[in-house]
Amino acid sequence: MATVELDADFLALPLESVREAALDRARALGCEHAEVRVERIRSQVARLRDARLETSADNLELGIGLRVVHDGSFGFAATVELDPGAAGELVDQAVATARATAPAVTERVELAAEPSHGEAVWTSSYRLDPAEVPMAEKVALLEDWSGRLLSASGVDHTTAYVLAVVEDKYFADLAGTVTNQRRVRVHPVVEATAVDAEETGFETMRSLAPPAGRGWEYLLGEGWDWDEEIARIPEYLAEKLRAPTVVPGAYDLVIDPSNLWLTIHESIGHATELDRAMGYEAAYAGTSFATFDKLGGLKYGSEIMNVTGDRTVEHGLATVGYDDEGVQAQSFDLICGGVLVGYQLDRRIARAKGFDRSNGCAFADSPGHIPIQRMANVSLRPAAGTGPSTEELISSVDNGFYVMGDKSWSIDMQRYNFQFTGQRFFRIEKGKLAGQVKDLAYQSRTTDFWGAMQAVGGQSTYRLGGAFNCGKGQPGQVAPVSHGCPSALFKSINVLNTRTESGR
Amino acid sequence: MSAATGQLTQAHLVVEQALEASRSEACIVIVEEDSEAELRFANNTVTTNGTRRDRNVSVISFRETEGGTAVGTASSSGAADAVDLVRRAEANAATAPPAEDASPLVGPSGVALPSEFADPPQMTSLAGLGDVLARLGDAFGRARSAGTSLYGFAEHQVSTTYLGSSTGLRLRHVQPTGKLEVVARTDGGERSAWAAAGACDLATVHVEELEERLVRRLAWAERRIELDPGRYEVLLPPDAVADLVIMLGLSTSGREAEEGRSVFSAPGGATRLGESLSTQPFSLRSDPGEPGLECSPFLATSASGQDMSVFDNGLGIERTEWVSQGRLARLQYHRAAAKRSGMEAATLADNLILELPGATASLEDLVGRTERGLLLTCLWYIREVDPATLLLTGLTRDGVYLVEHGEIVGSVNNFRFNESPVDLLSKAIEAGRTERALSREWNEWLNRTAMPPLRVAEFNMSSVSPAT
Repeated sequence: MATVELDADFLALPLESVREAALDRARALGCEHAEVRVERIRSQVARLRDARLETSADNLELGIGLRVVHDGSFGFAATVELDPGAAGELVDQAVATARATAPAVTERVELAAEPSHGEAVWTSSYRLDPAEVPMAEKVALLEDWSGRLLSASGVDHTTAYVLAVVEDKYFADLAGTVTNQRRVRVHPVVEATAVDAEETGFETMRSLAPPAGRGWEYLLGEGWDWDEEIARIPEYLAEKLRAPTVVPGAYDLVIDPSNLWLTIHESIGHATELDRAMGYEAAYAGTSFATFDKLGGLKYGSEIMNVTGDRTVEHGLATVGYDDEGVQAQSFDLICGGVLVGYQLDRRIARAKGFDRSNGCAFADSPGHIPIQRMANVSLRPAAGTGPSTEELISSVDNGFYVMGDKSWSIDMQRYNFQFTGQRFFRIEKGKLAGQVKDLAYQSRTTDFWGAMQAVGGQSTYRLGGAFNCGKGQPGQVAPVSHGCPSALFKSINVLNTRTESGR
Repeated sequence: MSAATGQLTQAHLVVEQALEASRSEACIVIVEEDSEAELRFANNTVTTNGTRRDRNVSVISFRETEGGTAVGTASSSGAADAVDLVRRAEANAATAPPAEDASPLVGPSGVALPSEFADPPQMTSLAGLGDVLARLGDAFGRARSAGTSLYGFAEHQVSTTYLGSSTGLRLRHVQPTGKLEVVARTDGGERSAWAAAGACDLATVHVEELEERLVRRLAWAERRIELDPGRYEVLLPPDAVADLVIMLGLSTSGREAEEGRSVFSAPGGATRLGESLSTQPFSLRSDPGEPGLECSPFLATSASGQDMSVFDNGLGIERTEWVSQGRLARLQYHRAAAKRSGMEAATLADNLILELPGATASLEDLVGRTERGLLLTCLWYIREVDPATLLLTGLTRDGVYLVEHGEIVGSVNNFRFNESPVDLLSKAIEAGRTERALSREWNEWLNRTAMPPLRVAEFNMSSVSPAT
C-alpha cells in the first residue's frame, strides 16, 4: 500500500481547538455521547461532449458536523463556520434539538460500546492526488479518449467525464478516539453513441471501468487498460446497432462482474442493512424482506453463495480506517452457504438488537449530514481453488446470454422484485458466443435469482465494481461503495424485450 | 424565519469582494445561503433530527482567448476566502479551451426584477417545521392504539441566492421549500399507506390531515386481492402523475433531440416539435410566477451543462409551455445552442405543472366513474430503461386498490411497471383538475409540482412485486 501523508492545509485548520470546545461543552451539558467531525471534501468534475468541454466544476466543502446523545435522544447540528466559538454553539443547538424532540422519542437511544482507539491516522491507497492535477490536464486526457472514439467509423457522438473526490476527515468523540483520515476516489467514464440516420434509433456503448478508490494514476493505466477498452468500444457499438432484438423467455445467464456488482448492491447490499430490516427506512429507501427474525435461517440462495461485508479491501470505495462513530473498520460474513448470517450495523442498531459491537457501517456523506448506517463493500466470494474461468462458465450453457456492463436498474421497496439491463448481451448457443442481441432486460426475485446460481467463477474472474452515488436517508445522502464478485452462472432467468415492454 | 446572525461576512459583501478581486475580463459570483431544519421518524419514534446552516460561494471567471471565451469556475462552502476562490477560478480559466456555450453576459438591462441585494439571507429553524413536532407524539399514540406504526420525514429549507456580475447584475432570490411525508404500516407489515404534502410554509400542513388519509387507505386495504401482471386501466393520483411527468419534463433537451438521441428526435436530425403527443389538449409548463409554486425568476448556475450555460446567469426565466394543446411546443436550449439551431432559448423553471384546461373532476369523481381499474398511490425506484422511447421502469408503492363499479373493493399486490410518460399522455382517457402534488420519487430535486389525476388505459404492469 502506498504511503501518503495527510494534507498540510487540512492539518493547519483549528482542528484541536474545535474538538476541545465541542467536547468540553458536551461534557458540561451532560451528554452521554458526543462526536465532532471536521470535514473537507474537494470534488472536481470535467465533462466533455463530442470532445468539447461542456461542464467543469471544482468544489470545496468544509464544515463541522456535531452529534450528541442527550438524555436518550439524538441531536445533530452543523455549520460552515469553522472556529471554536461556533463549535461550542453547535453543541448548544444539538442539545436543544435533542430536548425539543424528546417528547416524540419513544425508544431511548443507546449505543453499542466501542473502545477508544486513541489518536489514529489512516489514508486510502493511491499515488497521485487527482485534485492536484490541473483542469487542463484532465480535459486533455478526456479529449484524447473522445478523439480516438470519434475517429472510429460508426461513432456519431461521445461523452467523456471524470469525477474526482478527495475527503479529509477529522473525528473526535467523548470516549477519546481522535482520527484523521484521507480518502481518494475517481470515476472516469467514456461512452460512444451511434445514431441510425434512417430510423429514429440509436445505441450507446460505455466503458466498463469501475469507479475506484484510487488516484489519478488509474486514468493513466494503473488498474485498468484504457487503451484496450477505448479501442474495442466502436466495434462493440457497431455490432450492437445491427444486432437482432432479443426474443423474450427463460434463459441461462452468465453474468460478468461488470454487471453482477449492481445486482449484488441492490438485492444483497441494501437488503442486509439492519436499519432497513428494522423499518427505519420504511418511508424512503424501503425495508427488507430479510427481517431480523430470519437471521440464521433465511435461505438466501444456493449453497455456493458466500457474501461478506468489509470496509477494508484495498481500493474499495467504502473502505476506511474508522467509521463516523469511531468504530474501527472490519470484515464480516453476511451470507454463508446460501444462509443469512449477518447484517451491516451502526452502534445504535447493534445495541438495539443485542450485538456486542457495531461492525463499522456508520457514515455521513458530508459535514452537514448526520451519520446513518451505510453500506460496506458487500462482495460475493469466488469459487475456492482455481475455479472455472468465464469461458468455462459460458461453455456449460446451451441456450443463454453473457451479460456485461451495468445500465438500468430498479428494485422494489422490500428488495424482492428487480429488473436490470446492461451494456452488452452476447447470445450463447451450445456453449459458444454467437454475437450480440439488443433490448434485453432480466427480471427476477432476489431469493429465486440467487437460488438459481449454479456456478461461480474462480479468483481469476473476480473484479471490484461500484458506484459513487448510492442513495439513502432523509435528507438524502449519497455514498460510494464497491462490490467484488466473480462471473457467475444463473439457470433459467426471465428475459424481457424492452421494445415489447413499451408496447412497440 | 429570522435573519442570520453568524460571524460570516455578509453574502452581498462576499459578492462585491470577489468581483473587486477579479482580474479577468468578466466575472460572475453566486452565493447560496441554505438553512434547514429536519425531523425523521420511524416505528412511532423520532429517529434523527437536525438543523444546518450552509453557504456555498461560486466564482466564474471569463477569459477572452484566441477562438472565443474560456471559462474557469471554483466553488467552496463555508467561510471561503473570496480572493483565493477568484484566483482558483482564474487558474482554471487560464488553461481552459474556448467554451462552446459562449454568449454575451447578461447586463442589468436584461432583467427587470425586484431585488433587495444587501438584505441578509432568510433562515429557518425547528420552528419552521410548524406544529409537526408538537403533534407527532399524539399521532404516535393514536397509531399505536390502532396497531399501526408511523414513519416519515418533515423538512423545511430556505435558500437565499445572491448573484452578482462584472456586467452590473445584482440579483437576490429567497426560496422556501418544505414537505411532510408519512407512511403508516400495520404492525405485521401486511398493509401500508403513504400521504404527503409539499408547501413553502409547513404551518399550512397538518399531521392530522395526513393521518386521516392514511387511516382511510389502511381501511380500504382490509380486503386483499391478488392480481396477475397485465395491462390495466389505472387511476393515477396527482402525486403519481408527478413521479412520471417530471421525467418527461427533464427529457426536453433540444440538443439531444437534434442529435437523434432522445424520445423527441425525428429521422434525419429533425425533432418532434409540433407533433401531437395526445388527443387531449394538455398543457405542460414551468412558470416562476405560478401561484403557490413561485420559484426563482432568473437563472443562477455555477456549471454549464447540456442545455444550461454559465454565460446565461441572470437571464430571466420565462413561463414556458413545453407541451401546448397536446403538442410538443418547446425544447430546452441555452442561448448559444438556440442561436446555432435557430430556436429560442428556454430553461425549465424550478416547478412543473400539467393541466388539462377546463378539467374539474377530482380523483374521487374518477373513481366513481370507473367500471374496473387500479387506483395507485405513488411510484418508486423509477429508472430509464430505453431513452429512445423514454421507457421507464419502477414499482407501485404503499397502496394499490382495485376499483369495481365505482367503489374501492380492496387492496392489490404491488407491481413492477414498464411505461413511458410520453405514452402516458397519449393513453390518458380522462384527466381531473390540477392540484399541488408531491412526487415521492423526485421531490428532493423538484418539490414544486401541480398535476391532475389521470385515467390511463393499458398501463403495463410487467410483473408482481410481493413487497408490502
